[in-house]
Amino acid sequence: MTTTLWSWTTSLLQVVIVGVGSLILIGFMAKVKARAEGRVGSPVTQPLRDVRKLLRKERLHAHHSSLVLPFAPMIITATAVVAVWISPLVGTHPVMVSGADIFVIVYLLLTGSVAAALAGLDAATAFGGMGSSRAMTIGALAEPALLVGVIALAIQSGSSNLAVIVASTLHNSDHAFGPVHLFALGALVIVVIAETGRIPVDNPATHLELTMVHEAMILEYAGPELALVTLGEAMRLGLLFSLVANLFFPWGVATSSSAAALALGVAALVAKLLVLALVVALIEVRSAKLRLFRLPELLAGAFALSVLAIVMGLVTR
Amino acid sequence: MVWYLLALAFGAAAALAGVVLPRHGRVAVSMALGASSCALALVASVQELVCGVAWTVHVTQLLPFSGVTLSLDPLAALFVALTAMVGLAACVYFLGYAHGPTASRSGVSVFMLFVLALLVVPAAANVMGFLFAWELMALSSLVLILSEQATRPRARSAALWYAAMTQAGAVSIVLGLLLVASSAPGQDFAQLAAGAAHLSAAQRSLAFALTLVGFASKAGAVPLHVWLPKAHPEAPSPVSALMSSSMVTMGVYGILRVGEGLLHGGNLWWWVAVAALGVLSAVYGSLHATTARDFKRLLAYSTIDVMGLVLTGVGAAGVLYDTGQREDARLALMASLLLLVAHAAFKGSLFLVAGSVERATGTRNLDRLGGLVHTMPTTTCLVVIGAAAIMALPTLSGFSSEWLLLQGLLHGFADSSTPAVIVMLLGVVALALTGGLGAVAFVKVVGIGFLGQARSEGAATAVEVSRWMRLAAGLLAVPSVVLGLAPGLVVNTLSRAASAALGVGAASPVARGTGLLLSHLSGDIAPLELLVAVVAVLAALLGANRALVQRRARRVAAWGCGREEQTPRMQYTATSFAEPLQRVFSDVLRPQTDVEVTHAVESRYFQESVTYSQHIADVVEVRSYRPLISLVMRLGEGARRLHNGSIHRYLAFGFVALLVVVVVLS
Repeated sequence: MTTTLWSWTTSLLQVVIVGVGSLILIGFMAKVKARAEGRVGSPVTQPLRDVRKLLRKERLHAHHSSLVLPFAPMIITATAVVAVWISPLVGTHPVMVSGADIFVIVYLLLTGSVAAALAGLDAATAFGGMGSSRAMTIGALAEPALLVGVIALAIQSGSSNLAVIVASTLHNSDHAFGPVHLFALGALVIVVIAETGRIPVDNPATHLELTMVHEAMILEYAGPELALVTLGEAMRLGLLFSLVANLFFPWGVATSSSAAALALGVAALVAKLLVLALVVALIEVRSAKLRLFRLPELLAGAFALSVLAIVMGLVTR
Repeated sequence: MVWYLLALAFGAAAALAGVVLPRHGRVAVSMALGASSCALALVASVQELVCGVAWTVHVTQLLPFSGVTLSLDPLAALFVALTAMVGLAACVYFLGYAHGPTASRSGVSVFMLFVLALLVVPAAANVMGFLFAWELMALSSLVLILSEQATRPRARSAALWYAAMTQAGAVSIVLGLLLVASSAPGQDFAQLAAGAAHLSAAQRSLAFALTLVGFASKAGAVPLHVWLPKAHPEAPSPVSALMSSSMVTMGVYGILRVGEGLLHGGNLWWWVAVAALGVLSAVYGSLHATTARDFKRLLAYSTIDVMGLVLTGVGAAGVLYDTGQREDARLALMASLLLLVAHAAFKGSLFLVAGSVERATGTRNLDRLGGLVHTMPTTTCLVVIGAAAIMALPTLSGFSSEWLLLQGLLHGFADSSTPAVIVMLLGVVALALTGGLGAVAFVKVVGIGFLGQARSEGAATAVEVSRWMRLAAGLLAVPSVVLGLAPGLVVNTLSRAASAALGVGAASPVARGTGLLLSHLSGDIAPLELLVAVVAVLAALLGANRALVQRRARRVAAWGCGREEQTPRMQYTATSFAEPLQRVFSDVLRPQTDVEVTHAVESRYFQESVTYSQHIADVVEVRSYRPLISLVMRLGEGARRLHNGSIHRYLAFGFVALLVVVVVLS
């Protein structure tokens, strides 16, 4: 009974941390960028305030849109919440952790991407189509790298369950510095940058017509629905960051059910997220956005790294 | 047994009814009989799959000299069940679809013969019976492809390709089976399996290679796939559905029956070859599916993609079996079979929907569709289910089956033999790549084809199709949902079929409630609970933010950079949607694009019109088939010089031939 209680606590903590925290994380990254560029920047809580403001606004739908437009944000958010709910982020025993297969997580995220892309096409505008087309192209190239990268870890730890992979890396610390993890880490960082639409893949701060990808896709959203899209996308970012953090640097994750372990797990997750956000923000400051048709090279590189990770695992076992 | 024979009798009656009944009641009576035939076959095969009462019966009267042996083991029963499921829906669909040539005597009766042949192929258990059913299947589908040729200009050339390739494949199968039968005491499959032990290794390999060519061509494996994207789109939609979800699986059945059943698994390299064909087809098919504009052609390429994944799983299973990992082999094969069943349901449903769209709008060119969500809501809902299943989105059938396939491949990694590991690695890569590309293709289908604004007059004036057509597509959507939510209900029966195919003993269970649980390399999914969780979150979201439900949305113009009016022509089309990917993969796809600019008379700086045309030919066809065809044509031209119309020359030919015969005989 107590274990059930603990796993519910773990899951709830995860959803709260990733739900609220990822918005702050985005604010934090914007702040880091601003400071690195010598600006003051908006406060860290700005994305939270934006979402609160949007929730109070009026709902607007484009003329030719269908039910897809209001439903897509809910799908994006719901799939992200469920993925966070079952993933081992704070501790290795959240609710329904037995279903936290890598395949489940990857395809839950894909469901969100598909919903967003369909919403982009729903309003019958050129921008939406452009955003959807580009986002799906990037996704089609990034998703295989993500799946293969995590499969490399799965083969090494003998299970495709995320919690088991995390626990196994925790057990065998030498794995964490082995070639499999190194190559997979390289691949996954690129994939995470691509999936979350950061520079050099996409620029979240621009609304320049010809270069935007994700912003073009959600251009028709306003008010509460835009708030939901923002929240869902932020949660996807938070989840992907936390997964990278826990798959490659699992230390601090709560493996037992005690208050101290859980508190340590929360602190470790927050710390890891902040470090990762700092790194990604600095990458963003130091690099320019790539041309759309240079991206395949980057993502093919990520895919090659993932495949190499599997090969490394087979060679060195 | 009785159920199955009754099913055949009903099927024959349905075909007969198609011939003798007058136009008025022909379709209704024939389809009612056909649907009952499929329902009976479904009962027979499910009975075999669940209760396990295998039977064999020999009917001497059916074919002269040899008779037909019918036998239903779990493997055969699975394919009969799959065919019966799609056949039932196709018969229901036919009721709403039939018109003009499809409702004619030949249209109806040949359709029923096709269904009947598909039901017999997996059950036929002797060489003559199998080949007879196989040919009946090929010829009846050929006639059906031609049935709408009056309105489909490309049907004739498609039928020609199909006829040539299916017959070449059949010849190859005949030779292979003859080789196996040469050492057997009789021509029943059981006798063949016993006699195969007397064949030398080289003979067995040759026999497998010969049959593989025929069966892989039927399964649409690259490079033998060329007929498939031509023939499937040109057939009437219920026929396309049957071809794409049932007929292609007969190729997989053949490979399993001959390779594992008759030749006992044979050589490791056979299965490496099968897996290689599979990986190639999966990637090639999904790439072409992303760029296809014709709805049905896109579905046909996606069939090549999924069949590629199935063949990869079959190949992996064969490799694992030959390296002694029987349990893992069964898992991989089970996954392939689950994917086959799942594919039959969602692809059947999507082909039926494509037919509905074509009926309602007069086109199946995605570039000219759009906005159907407003005019055809049920059909749109069905296409969303089918597309989500094929994209392997969670809690639908594609998801559970691809997960199981991935697990099968992951288990294979535990093996240390190099060829096996390479096969598994390639399989994982193919699975990952096709996942990403498939998402693009089917977002395109739903987003461009059904959302947005109508891009043509036909799409704008579309009305929802008849009740029968919607019902049929809906029937096939049910398995997509059920297999996804509760794969645990069917895996044990699939495991029996896989065991029967490989000839191994009883399996350890992989079902846990409605979900799946694997013990060896730990992994499990519980789709039902996943769906409950997603729905709970959705409900919580709606509850937490009542504004989303209660406040009515105001309709406003979409943002057009300050431009007030937005025309449907300003939307992205299927071509432009896939353009970035097409550019990325231009080395493989080799698109031919043509831009024609007409300048204004007054000044070259102004353009009157711009025409953009694009054509993506099948590289395999252009590079390997066309040269072959032109060679044959040249030989034919050369042969014309032999017959110049001179009667003397012909008499001379006759005389020389007679001389040769006499000399040879003496």
